[in-house]
Amino acid sequence: MKIGLFIPCYVDAVYPDVGVACYKLLKHLGLDVIYPMGQTCCGQPMANAGFEKEAVGLAEKFEDMFAGFDYVVAPSVSCVAFMRLNYPRLLKGKHECKAAEKAMDIVEFLHDVVKVKGPLGRFPYKVSLHNSCHGVRELGLSSPSENTGPRFNKIKDLLSLVEGIEVVEPDHADECCGFGGMFSIEETGVSRRMGEKKLQRHIATGASYITGADCSCLMHLAGVGAKDGSKPIGFKHVVEILASGL
Amino acid sequence: MSTSHSNAADKFLKNRKYADWHDDTFWSVRQKRDRMAASLPEWERLRQAAAEIKDHTLSHLGDYLEQFADAAEKNGVKVHWAADADEFNSIVYDILSSHGVQKMVKSKSMLTEECRMNPYLESKGIEIVETDLGERIIQLKGQAPSHIVMPAIHLSHDDVGELFEKELCTEKGNHDPTYLTYQARLSLRDEFLTADAGMTGANFGIAETGDIVVCTNEGNADMSTSCPRLHIAAMGIEKVIPDYDALAVFHRLLARSATGQPTTVFTSHFRKARPGGEMHIVLVDNGRSEWLADSDHRKTLRCMRCGSCMNTCPVYRNSGGYSYSYFIPGPLGVNLGMLRDPKAYSGNISACTLCLSCQSTCPVKIDLGDQIYKWRQKLDSFGTANKEKKLICKGMEVIFDHPAIYNAATGELHLVNHVPDAILNCGLNPWAAGHKMMKFPKKPFHKLIKEVADPDDIKKS
Repeated sequence: MKIGLFIPCYVDAVYPDVGVACYKLLKHLGLDVIYPMGQTCCGQPMANAGFEKEAVGLAEKFEDMFAGFDYVVAPSVSCVAFMRLNYPRLLKGKHECKAAEKAMDIVEFLHDVVKVKGPLGRFPYKVSLHNSCHGVRELGLSSPSENTGPRFNKIKDLLSLVEGIEVVEPDHADECCGFGGMFSIEETGVSRRMGEKKLQRHIATGASYITGADCSCLMHLAGVGAKDGSKPIGFKHVVEILASGL
Repeated sequence: MSTSHSNAADKFLKNRKYADWHDDTFWSVRQKRDRMAASLPEWERLRQAAAEIKDHTLSHLGDYLEQFADAAEKNGVKVHWAADADEFNSIVYDILSSHGVQKMVKSKSMLTEECRMNPYLESKGIEIVETDLGERIIQLKGQAPSHIVMPAIHLSHDDVGELFEKELCTEKGNHDPTYLTYQARLSLRDEFLTADAGMTGANFGIAETGDIVVCTNEGNADMSTSCPRLHIAAMGIEKVIPDYDALAVFHRLLARSATGQPTTVFTSHFRKARPGGEMHIVLVDNGRSEWLADSDHRKTLRCMRCGSCMNTCPVYRNSGGYSYSYFIPGPLGVNLGMLRDPKAYSGNISACTLCLSCQSTCPVKIDLGDQIYKWRQKLDSFGTANKEKKLICKGMEVIFDHPAIYNAATGELHLVNHVPDAILNCGLNPWAAGHKMMKFPKKPFHKLIKEVADPDDIKKS
């Protein structure tokens, strides 16, 4: 099984440690991982802002770069969701679209494909789980609170394999944090207020860390928290916790 | 960077205590809805059935409308067809003036808001009295509804108390909700008894029987039609459904989704005029048949106006109904405004994080968030795209399309860490408006990986 590692632009630039944790974790699980150089962005920021045409060239590049891999794995839910749901339409009649269909967020990859059962890292802290919108409602990482039926949460399943951890969820467990890409700079007032409330709910759990599968939400919450005066809570991407101590 | 919505939202958020109350109030409605949904094991199947029935009906809309109109006429009801708002208003006026009506009581109807019927009829000298308590309050206050199901939710009982002191001569300082409601009942009782006509909306029109079905919590639709002898029902053409089996599906979803009640307190079925009376139904298109032809947006016509997309929308809850420039707020209003006039209502398109909670909640599964995404792609063609945002997106394309530029830029981002906050917060950096600037790492991942990984695991470009 050949895995292409996709580290989206803002993870590359702001959260390189998350990329490193991804690489280490996949290697720890004995998987064949390749990181192709020359990666940039999936095009989601432009598309969600209303300029998806600007994403077509990036989609073509992505397809060329990751052709021939069995899976493309990335530590970013919303990038993966954007590619998987939109590339087939954006590339229709222009370029072959295979890699995007094989793109997976690292959580769903570990949960659904690798089916990790064994013990992972050690993280003796209480963490508050941030269920990001596109993870919940596009990739199905957990059952949306709006829907009835069986409850599940793949992130929780994986975190339960970590030694010493206590996982809790905040009030309004899968409500948006207010990031929304360009929303955060176009609707600054609402975005910030939503972020403040989300952060308060995470803090109210008494957790030491907030964790989630989308760095973008964590970046927003960290920025909002620091603006308000440093909040006593840390931020870790799920994969950093899964790989901690490995 | 701002839009009509974001500017209005900022004003709304200035009153922090009120804004938080607004958020909490609608969240509690959403929670009630969740409890109701969870109490029915077949909830998701009901939603699916409702979506499919609506799609079926809408794809045979002409047939069902004819069947409905024929059945209604057989019941002795007079059926009118209005192509647009102006035609609707003049049809209603003609009916009223031919009966010498001076005062009409009416139950809540978003369609009459859409057509701006009240101001039109008032300009012709006809008095209109809203009889839904929330609608009556905002009518007395001269305001528009801030929510489609709870139109006066933005007002506190003190606001209402002060209003009633002025308008209904209630006791000064007595803002007890029970007292105020009783006073409203007394005042409305008199209006019911002295009105010459009653108007209702229609939650559903049953094609098989020609019935209209009106759901209220206050019984005011019944009062509006039981006292005056003339009943006019205003109905959008998308409200027709095939039969009572279909109604059973929608009826189980409507109140549960809207307010978290198992059913509305009153579900009133109107088939024909009572002896000596007259019943009219005005079927209104006003753009709907054009929207039906729009494959990207036709699902919007499934809507039964429950308001659950607003209650769950975190942007609506944190910005209030009046922050939207269209008369219907929230995800539904963003979409309906764009269908109505994209140039006029593009300022609402920013009011969405694409969290998609709306479409996860919608009882008829309208893809509200996906449609907002689609509208965003079209803003440039309407000439309403934000120029700054367009420039940013073009710039991003250049950087991301050229790995050499991208690598050079991201490799040096850590230099931003040394830029003083005063410059980062100068107003040209919209991220800094709500966030403290992040600290960029010394090395981005594409450099760091070379130190960490097995060289065989890195593929050169």
